[in-house]
Amino acid sequence: MTELYETQRAMRAMRKAALQRGVIAILDVGSSKIACLVLRFDRTDAFVEGEDIGSMAGQAGFRVVGAATTRSRGVKFGEISAMAETERAIRTAVQAAQKMANLRVDHVIACFSGARPRSYGLDGTIDMDGGQVTEQDVARVLAACEVPDYGQGREVVHAQPVNFALDHRSGLQDPRGQIGHSLSTDMHMLTVDGTAIQNLAYCIKRCDLELAGVASSAYVSGLSALIEDEQNLGAACIDLGGGSTGVSIFMRKHMIYADSVRMGGDHVTSDISMGLQVPMTTAERIKTFYGGVYATGMDDREMIDLDGATGDWEHDRRSVSRAELIGIMRPRVEEILEEVRARLDAAGFDHLPSQQIVLTGGGSQIPGLDGLASRILGQQVRLGRPLRVHGLPQAATGPGFASAVGLCCFAAHPQDEWWDFDTPAERYPGRSLQRAVKWFRDNW
Amino acid sequence: MQSMMRRFDPAPSRWAYRFQRLWLTPFYRRLLRTGTPIALVALCGAIYFGDAERREVFTSTVAKLRHDFEHRPEFMVKIMAIDGASEETQTAIRALMPVDFPVSSFDLDVGAIANEMLALDAVADVGLQVRSGGVLQMHVIERQPVMVWRQGSRIEAIDAAGIRAGTLDSRTDRPDLPLIVGAGAKEHVEEALRLFAAAAPLQDRIRGLVRVGERRWDLVLDREQRIMLPTEQPLQALEQVVALAEANDLLARDVAAVDMRLAQRPTIRMTPTAQEELLRIRKMTEERAK
Repeated sequence: MTELYETQRAMRAMRKAALQRGVIAILDVGSSKIACLVLRFDRTDAFVEGEDIGSMAGQAGFRVVGAATTRSRGVKFGEISAMAETERAIRTAVQAAQKMANLRVDHVIACFSGARPRSYGLDGTIDMDGGQVTEQDVARVLAACEVPDYGQGREVVHAQPVNFALDHRSGLQDPRGQIGHSLSTDMHMLTVDGTAIQNLAYCIKRCDLELAGVASSAYVSGLSALIEDEQNLGAACIDLGGGSTGVSIFMRKHMIYADSVRMGGDHVTSDISMGLQVPMTTAERIKTFYGGVYATGMDDREMIDLDGATGDWEHDRRSVSRAELIGIMRPRVEEILEEVRARLDAAGFDHLPSQQIVLTGGGSQIPGLDGLASRILGQQVRLGRPLRVHGLPQAATGPGFASAVGLCCFAAHPQDEWWDFDTPAERYPGRSLQRAVKWFRDNW
Repeated sequence: MQSMMRRFDPAPSRWAYRFQRLWLTPFYRRLLRTGTPIALVALCGAIYFGDAERREVFTSTVAKLRHDFEHRPEFMVKIMAIDGASEETQTAIRALMPVDFPVSSFDLDVGAIANEMLALDAVADVGLQVRSGGVLQMHVIERQPVMVWRQGSRIEAIDAAGIRAGTLDSRTDRPDLPLIVGAGAKEHVEEALRLFAAAAPLQDRIRGLVRVGERRWDLVLDREQRIMLPTEQPLQALEQVVALAEANDLLARDVAAVDMRLAQRPTIRMTPTAQEELLRIRKMTEERAK
């Protein structure tokens, strides 16, 4: 527990160093593509302390100077399965982005979609002696949260205080400076498989880069694809990726739930590949050019040529109607959406005041998906594209880059996490010298 | 695992990746883009000049080129023109000239020549200029002797600053200049000039000023008469004496010296004959009174 916070703190320090240098790289390690963005921070419009995220969504301070994507290799279900392959793919993306930016980057913030995220709601209460709430008290109440047994080999990626309550007043964003007798907090904690993080860290280290932060891609794509009201009133962001589909629920600008479905666009492609007896690359091409989920009469007449190189004329000259293709794709897409529905139900999404659902990610580009999704998930469904950030190339503005863009916002203005607060003094395990130094510094 | 046909891998090799990152580092970039060419040129130069023979050839070539350029006819100085100097000074200057014409103007150290010319007594200041047409023009300002100074057997003509303007064989060479005598007299030429000016009414009687004890002046007249002037304010004292001389013919009388050294008490020293005469007259008047 403490060790994890140490590593998270180390990453925060690294991030701070990167912001000092003004250059940081964003790495979205997905199952179908790896995207790398190079951000340059200008210190001209620094983030004003205590101010909310603002109309520019807080991304006025940085500029994307380099962007590159490469076909992902060695990543399955959003987790690294072949280290060397993934390392090479990361190297390709980072090199191309560096070349475009003409800058050398040393620090990287990465996100991944898989690794079986699991959400926990935590709460903690402390008694106050009727004084003002200080930062130390916030740290104490966070430390007082009862941490569930999240299992061996799992690690915490996000632990964000979502809500503070002081006596009978709940819904406080920032209780500091207020007066009360008992302070309680609700915290959302997200754990993932530890090995996935370790593998990612190892791959990034092999590329001579320093890991300055890790985020769940469900969370960061929610940051970029949901607009401010949606984040405030309650919305779910569904990131239809290649190997996995991320689900995150936002409420009052905080993520309160995240999960991922281990199915995505790659499964649709493999269904097409199996159903039509074509290689994966052809299947992918057919899917992107002719894919859909609603068949019309026109689609029966539209024939798609299936090229092949087997040398068998009969095999190579086949063609299939678009209706058939849709017939293959639709059940899989429905399955994914139903799985998402199940996750949302489990999270109690229907109790939220607003039930907006935003579909994003590369998979959301299937024509007619919003109609299908509204039948399965609920009426309020829209397709989301990521925020517009400075300098982002046109090629990287599609929904497939929602998590990369969200990671930019995350890098520029991260939300408070547990480890951003000092560990309360009484929690120090017998480091009397450090305590003495701290006492000395506080009192002189 | 391994597929039959190896697919093209777009990934850079580890070393290519590292090299690119190194290349993007500003320090290395600067080092390679400016440091390497400089080092290369320096290395080539060092290798070429490592051989003593080549070095020799190079230096001699440079020297020859330089010599050829400097000795082109347009840079040669052929004659010297002097103005502002009298005949003997000109002769002395030409005799003293350290270079032989024609000479290249690059080899001509005008400052050194001017310094050398300043060593001449008669030259107060000299300006040198290489004019077009290969003429070294010399503007000489001669020292104007204002006084003759004698110390022992040395007789010199000196200018207003007390600097020697020429050596004389005898005082009679320049009878028009006043004479000053004695050690330390040269340093007070200005004062002496003022004194002479003040003593203008006695012009035809003056023989000279004597510096006594390097602190005060004696104005010596003919008939061995002396006017001993004080250290402080000698001019006023002299004016006083001149006024006395004009009023009651003091200096025409039989006076050996007029001692003005104490301003409150001017004293007259009489010659022995005058003294005897005075005593005689006193005695006579005393007898008559009895």
